Amino acid sequence: MSTTSIPAPRTGYSRHKSTRSKFEMFAWLFMRISGVVLVILIFGHLFVNLWVGDGVQAIDFGFVAGKWANPFWQIWDLLMLWLAMLHGTNGLRTIIMDYSEKPGTRMSLQVILYIASVIVIVLGTLVIFTFDPCPAGADPSVLAEFCKA
Amino acid sequence: MAKASTGTLYRGNEGMWSWVAHRVTGVGIFFFLLVHVLDTALVRVSPEAYNAVIGTYKTPVMAFGEIALVAAIAFHAFNGLRVILVDFSKSGPKNQKKLFWGVMVVWLIIMIAFIPRQLMHTFGG
Repeated sequence: MSTTSIPAPRTGYSRHKSTRSKFEMFAWLFMRISGVVLVILIFGHLFVNLWVGDGVQAIDFGFVAGKWANPFWQIWDLLMLWLAMLHGTNGLRTIIMDYSEKPGTRMSLQVILYIASVIVIVLGTLVIFTFDPCPAGADPSVLAEFCKA
Repeated sequence: MAKASTGTLYRGNEGMWSWVAHRVTGVGIFFFLLVHVLDTALVRVSPEAYNAVIGTYKTPVMAFGEIALVAAIAFHAFNGLRVILVDFSKSGPKNQKKLFWGVMVVWLIIMIAFIPRQLMHTFGG
């Protein structure tokens, strides 16, 4: 019996590669990953600011100064700011895509959304890193205890 | 075969309403977030400016606003975890209705714990 030999194909089989961008897949994945992280970050934030001690009644300039004197809370708030803003911006982008029909409406709503998001992210980041817990010349009665030392 | 008269997997049921509530709470939280970053940014203006604005968060009316905010965040958080389970867990889609009621139970527990605490902070006691 002679064996039949099948010649190897000249080119390997390759599934047609999608030329579409993977942006939407990454956006979908980002919503899930950032969502899980935000559950931890935001419940932690709510617990410390609304539950512990006197809750919202205790929040004032000195309270913020006390928190941001610690790099732990600076990083916590920075992560929360960036993840929440990107998560929320992408969520609103999805909603704009779903409900706006005219290309002009779609475009202008998105432009407004992205401008607002960039302003809030940049402003928030600058505030966290340029914050002075004991500003010179401020009334000492509104500052945190550690400013008096 | 799904027909309008018998309903579909989502229409009119837990699947649809959790989706609607997820959108509504998401949009609400996003707009609060914009305001919240701006009010916190006042710490760079002056301690007095920040204290004046944050003082408005301590009024009885805003105390109920904070309850609504926590309610929206808790729902969005737990329903979001449900969405992740539906997407990534093998038995997730089959159990999406049970998961929705699980979300409601956890949400209720959070609210039963938070509401008295918040009222205590606001009205003393």
